Amino acid sequence: MTDTVSTERPAQAQVNAEMMEPSPGTLLRRRIFGHAGFMIGAVVLGTIFLMAILAPVISPHDPYDQVLARKLIPPIWHESAKATWEHPLGTDHLGRDYLSRLFHGAQISLLIGFAAMLISGVIGTTIGVLAGYFGGRVDMVVNFIVTTRLSMPVVLVALAVVSLVGSSLTMVIWVLGLLIWDRFAVVMRSATQQVRNLDFVTSAQAVGCSTPRIIFAEIMPNIANSLIVIATIEMAHAILLEAALSFLGLGVQPPEPSWGLMIAEAKGMMFFDSWLIVIPGTALFALVLAINLLGDGLRDVTAPENRN
Amino acid sequence: MLVFAVKRFGVAVLVALTVSILSFSMMYLSGDPAIALAGEGSSQEDIENVRRVYGFDRPIIVQYGDWLWNALHGNLGHSNYLKSDVASVIFERLPTTMLLGACALGFALVLSIPLGVVAAIRPNSLIDRVALTIAVIGQAMPSFWFALTMILWFSITWRLLPITGTDSWKNFIMPSIALGYYVTPAVMRLTRAGMLEVLSSDYIRTARAKGLRPMTVLFKHALRNAIIPVVSLAAVQFGFMLGGSIVIETIFAINGLGFLAWESILRADLPMMQAIVLVLSVFYIFLTFFADMLNAFLDPRIRVA
Repeated sequence: MTDTVSTERPAQAQVNAEMMEPSPGTLLRRRIFGHAGFMIGAVVLGTIFLMAILAPVISPHDPYDQVLARKLIPPIWHESAKATWEHPLGTDHLGRDYLSRLFHGAQISLLIGFAAMLISGVIGTTIGVLAGYFGGRVDMVVNFIVTTRLSMPVVLVALAVVSLVGSSLTMVIWVLGLLIWDRFAVVMRSATQQVRNLDFVTSAQAVGCSTPRIIFAEIMPNIANSLIVIATIEMAHAILLEAALSFLGLGVQPPEPSWGLMIAEAKGMMFFDSWLIVIPGTALFALVLAINLLGDGLRDVTAPENRN
Repeated sequence: MLVFAVKRFGVAVLVALTVSILSFSMMYLSGDPAIALAGEGSSQEDIENVRRVYGFDRPIIVQYGDWLWNALHGNLGHSNYLKSDVASVIFERLPTTMLLGACALGFALVLSIPLGVVAAIRPNSLIDRVALTIAVIGQAMPSFWFALTMILWFSITWRLLPITGTDSWKNFIMPSIALGYYVTPAVMRLTRAGMLEVLSSDYIRTARAKGLRPMTVLFKHALRNAIIPVVSLAAVQFGFMLGGSIVIETIFAINGLGFLAWESILRADLPMMQAIVLVLSVFYIFLTFFADMLNAFLDPRIRVA
């Protein structure tokens, strides 16, 4: 396009310029693929997710199968005659294949992280949006509930409650889910407050839309991006808490291959066989880091101020 | 200021009361406490006896009132396992945990405030990016694994530091780092944000225009104001650390409140568990109260709101 064309037919020039511009979808894709943190997080999380789903297929051994004759075989990179490709990551103190346990442990971490995040997300978003939308007394009550929740130490209360109601996978999920909704509530409250006085909400009210309709059709889509970011943070938080609980012996119970529990079981042998804590610890670290990177990336990619 | 303080104090007391109800109700989480106390397989008569002696036959509201009344008078009950007064055991262990918390907070502040200041002076510089990367990586590390890794390097490989106990200051180095590093990213980000905001304000430009030395402007003029929100964050984080010390104290066998909590949870020592939850929560509530007061005192704009 030349200048002469644009001065002669300005309307056509504008259309052409608009056609030259990439579509919003292309722009979003470019931002996603241009964001290193997001890509790294997505690839690592994707790998761990595949490990978890395919665990029954790709595991070389049964994760519960104890072969005492083959206990404490070091991983293959270890300079030891005992290291063998039959157990690439070695075996633990009961002769269980570490790689298979690692794969199956990914299932537990992801399941607990996702389920606890879902429970806490529903609770926190509900009370946060209500507080932000209605304000006034509702806001005061929600504020009080959140303050009360924050004043109770999470790890301690989680441990105490799990010890009283009995520790099982389901219980750990429920206890964590019922404890960590505070950040959802706080962030959703302020996000709703920002949106609720905008013109489109006011006009929806003026047209006579019902409150549930306004909340679900007008407000929720506009706070969804902060919701997704908090969801990733809380999923990482839940995974770390489960690992800590299992590490202290009150989370997932043996012989389940939880990564936190694997570290706890290996604690006594770390003086001689340090790989036993290095491997599950690195897996845990990689998973949480990937989720955090993905969350940070999502925030950057979806934030309206980064669209240009 | 007074109205603000009274209102804020009223809320703190209400929150404390709610927490006390919650920790009292922990007793009924596992079912009938009398059966739990009498032990498995005890006769109906024994259970009835336990119920009468411990007062479980009274209405719950009366039991709660009685428990709260005693707690307010410093009587937190009797430990089922240690067979001694809960309050005296807790206050014997509390100083160790406080010391650990203070060391951890000190470590976090000493590391994060300078990093935050440097990051704010040169935003998007190499130092800024490195600091942010460290923050992201640090937050993904499980504290217990970080602690074990430190033990592996500093105690086992290099034999520099003792692993367990509380005999010397050397014992506190690794636990303080393990407990404190988790707080550094938050403090660093807040310092950075505060400094960025303050550095672009008019009075800093005036100070610079007067020809004051850059260091004087930075520390006497800018940091003083930028640090105000950090004060209340530090108080809140100190409270969190006391609660989170249970993992670290267990690993390093530090004989503080966290270790006591873990022991009593394993022994199902309910009065002790309830008391520790109550003490830590109430401590946190009043810590945040004083942090708010300090903040309002330092920053007059808050008092009006």
